Amino acid sequence: MAVRRFGNSQKRRERETQESFFDYTLLFIVLFLLAFGLVMLYSASSYDASLHYEGDSTYFLKRQVGATALGIAAMIVVANIPYHFWERFAVMGVLVSIGLIFLIIPFGYEANGAKRWLRIFGISIQPAEVAKLAVILFLSSLICRLGRKVRSWKGFLVVLAAPAIIAVLVWQITENMSSAIIILGIAVLMLFVACPDYKRFILLGIAGVGVAALAVYVIVQMSQSENAAAVGVRGARILAWLDPEAYASGKGFQTLQALYAIGSGGILGKGLGQSMQKLGFMPEAQNDMIFSIICEELGLFGALSILIMFILLIWRFMVIANNAPDLFGALLVVGVMSHVAIQVILNVAVVTNTIPNTGISLPFISYGGTSVLFQLVEIGFVLSVGKGIRFKDL
Amino acid sequence: MGKNMTYHRKKIVTIFFACLAVFLILAGRLGWLMIFRSDYYSERAKELHERERSIKAARGRIIDANGTVIADNKTVCTVSVIHNQIKDADAIVETLSRELDLSEDFVRKRVEKYSSIERIKSNVDKEKGDAIRAYNLEGVKVDEDYKRYYPYGSLASKVLGFTGGDNQGIIGLEVKYEEYLKGQEGTILTVTDARGVEIDAAGEERVEPVAGGDLYVSLDMNIQSYATQLARQVMETKEAERVSILVMNPQNGEIMAMADVPEFDLNNPYELPEGTDTGNLTQEQKQELLNRMWRNGCINDTYEPGSTFKIITAAAGLEGGVVTTEDRFSCPGFIMVEDRRIRCHKIAGHGSENFVEATMNSCNPVFITVGLRLGVEKYYHYFKQFGLLNKTGVDLPGEAGTIMHKMEDMKAVELATVSFGQSFQITPIQLATTASSIINGGNRITPHFAVMTSDREGTEMKRFSYPVTEHIVSEETSATMRMILEQVVEKGSGKNGYVEGARIGGKTATSQTLPRGSGRYIASFLGFAPANDPKVLALVIIHNPQGVYYGGQVAAPVVRQLFENILPYLEKMDYN
Repeated sequence: MAVRRFGNSQKRRERETQESFFDYTLLFIVLFLLAFGLVMLYSASSYDASLHYEGDSTYFLKRQVGATALGIAAMIVVANIPYHFWERFAVMGVLVSIGLIFLIIPFGYEANGAKRWLRIFGISIQPAEVAKLAVILFLSSLICRLGRKVRSWKGFLVVLAAPAIIAVLVWQITENMSSAIIILGIAVLMLFVACPDYKRFILLGIAGVGVAALAVYVIVQMSQSENAAAVGVRGARILAWLDPEAYASGKGFQTLQALYAIGSGGILGKGLGQSMQKLGFMPEAQNDMIFSIICEELGLFGALSILIMFILLIWRFMVIANNAPDLFGALLVVGVMSHVAIQVILNVAVVTNTIPNTGISLPFISYGGTSVLFQLVEIGFVLSVGKGIRFKDL
Repeated sequence: MGKNMTYHRKKIVTIFFACLAVFLILAGRLGWLMIFRSDYYSERAKELHERERSIKAARGRIIDANGTVIADNKTVCTVSVIHNQIKDADAIVETLSRELDLSEDFVRKRVEKYSSIERIKSNVDKEKGDAIRAYNLEGVKVDEDYKRYYPYGSLASKVLGFTGGDNQGIIGLEVKYEEYLKGQEGTILTVTDARGVEIDAAGEERVEPVAGGDLYVSLDMNIQSYATQLARQVMETKEAERVSILVMNPQNGEIMAMADVPEFDLNNPYELPEGTDTGNLTQEQKQELLNRMWRNGCINDTYEPGSTFKIITAAAGLEGGVVTTEDRFSCPGFIMVEDRRIRCHKIAGHGSENFVEATMNSCNPVFITVGLRLGVEKYYHYFKQFGLLNKTGVDLPGEAGTIMHKMEDMKAVELATVSFGQSFQITPIQLATTASSIINGGNRITPHFAVMTSDREGTEMKRFSYPVTEHIVSEETSATMRMILEQVVEKGSGKNGYVEGARIGGKTATSQTLPRGSGRYIASFLGFAPANDPKVLALVIIHNPQGVYYGGQVAAPVVRQLFENILPYLEKMDYN
């Protein structure tokens, strides 16, 4: 019996190694980005760290290495648990993240002028990052449950309701509009995959672009009229976007510093560690603006290499999503894919002043413990979905 | 559990390609910024990262006719603090306030001010600067710098002028020749981080300053020194208000000396004369006093020349053919012009005299007669032809213009008074220049100091040339004038200007200042030598002398003393 049982399990393991799939390409891309990110993080943050943390130039690096190690451990755990295990937590995840967001009101602490962080047992976390993961999980589960009903207008609105509520909370309570936009973007892209329809989304896209254009037009008109002061903070960002040099000492400052960094990098860059802009000129050099330091030090060559790595990452997401054993798995991967793609695109667009300035970090590279941790958990989901693929399906 | 349908796959692929498209747009944007806009943003970033410090250029020296340096530079130090480099603020405050003799509050305010670099004190002696540097205080910077230095102190102060805090000329030759003297500032470019801390690895870029050119002037400090001494002497003995002495070469207009005592100390130009009560003066009042102290009476102020102007009337009369040296006149002690009775200074009258004798006597009625013979139009014509209506063009700032009647307003009475030098005003430099032009053969010269500029090694950079108007009077008239004026000194009112063994020409003047009857006089004497071929002309003007106030008795001896000393000197200079 014992021998048979042993033989049986050994046979099963053999079958698994033969037939199941593990996406090493994806894993390699992620590890590369993490390692590269730590190098750039050290380069971008050491000056600031040694200035503000008693000469400890590795202050930010050490914290990020800790979060990354934790994230890799979490990723390995998640990758080895069949992803359907998590479906039961879909509703709970959303409720917990809403709860965390509300906890910010009494317990949150402020940094960089915004109240976005919670401190629990000495570890600070950003509820908005938790909410992104929760929304991906929740929508994957919800869309599968709704089945064909998702195609109706009613189903459409039901799917958008939960992320919309969370987005509003993130926007209003944590004053983090960019995270709200990302959450909504993830939801729309997941819904786009779930519905066979195209027309609805094209109309939605046109409407979105139209509203944005109208808003820009109104703000520009207002700024030229007498009550220019009524433009407000976000309006000022739009004006600074259109002409950063005219707002060099105000809203256009960070953007202009980023452009100086990018432009002075040239084709081959100044060389690793040689950035001038990180020496106190660029606010948030290790955070949202780290891509501009990459451009300054490594030039167009380095910047395009990083963009190619992200394209490869998204390509792996596409391959896994298309071959996922079921719709739930596919939607999970689509959620993660949307999250990473939207965030990379918005970050690079902000840094290059292609869109108005808003605080968005670059996945796997920017400084931020919560985001790197939860992004690695998301990669864990994707790897887990990938493991469900049988070679015969490929 | 839902199945993964074909349309799902299609849509996922759509998302991927949509993302790819956006990535390509962003890559294009990056390419635009990093290839085509790279130069622009690099330049702007460089401006942001670099700190510019200027290096002052050494100002050109001023050198007199003998090659003596009369305006020089000496090394001084500027002490400043760099806020972010300060380690021990208290020690800095204590040391600097003690060494620089400043109040602790003053220093502390600057030490604690958040700025990239803050100046504590400039123009600190080099020894003091070295002493402060020896303390090795972190955050304290001692920069060496040049300061203008005038070895002769107050000599020719109103001519040379002085410089301000940025080494820029304020008055006199220093401001007139600023563009030659100034030189070009250099710069040190250092790369700094956002706090202004220099990044050692980046090194520095240096643009060396270019020293200003040396200015060679016709001023002769020996003559200047003697003239000033004489002016001081006469001012003291005659308790005069001020005394101006002008010595120039009547042939080419080079000014050899220009004294206008009281002078001021060029090394302390903002110090009012001793005894001035500055206690309750406003800033404006103080500035007003300073401006008055810096005023050069020889060119900035006008006066009624009086009888020395008879040189001009005589030249005009001779040139216009209305009088000859042999013409005889009779002076009863006054002359009637229309209904006005104008007195001669000799109430009894000079009686019968020819024109030369009338000039020797400085007889007013004769000169009024000559003026009236010319008539307003002709007189005005010569006034203009002699250059009296224009400024002389002397190379010092602030020359005053002539104050003269308009031709249409000039009637017989005005003409009469102008003929003997009253009712209008000119500057001393104008009188000296016009007289020079009349006795030098009739060439209207431009009075000047600057001869040339050169670089430090003495290589000539620019030689200045000045306009000359020829034939303002004929050679013949000029010769006649020299003869007449020599007679004035030999036997006439100017005999106190006579120098043993030399041929001196000249004319005295005593004019009452306005308002008439105030008892204030200006005594003056204009002399030149040698009378047959003038090489030097001197004009002495004594304002408000006490006691005897006649030009012939007060001013003429000053010129005599001056000539006694400088004529042998000039002759010796000529041999060299």
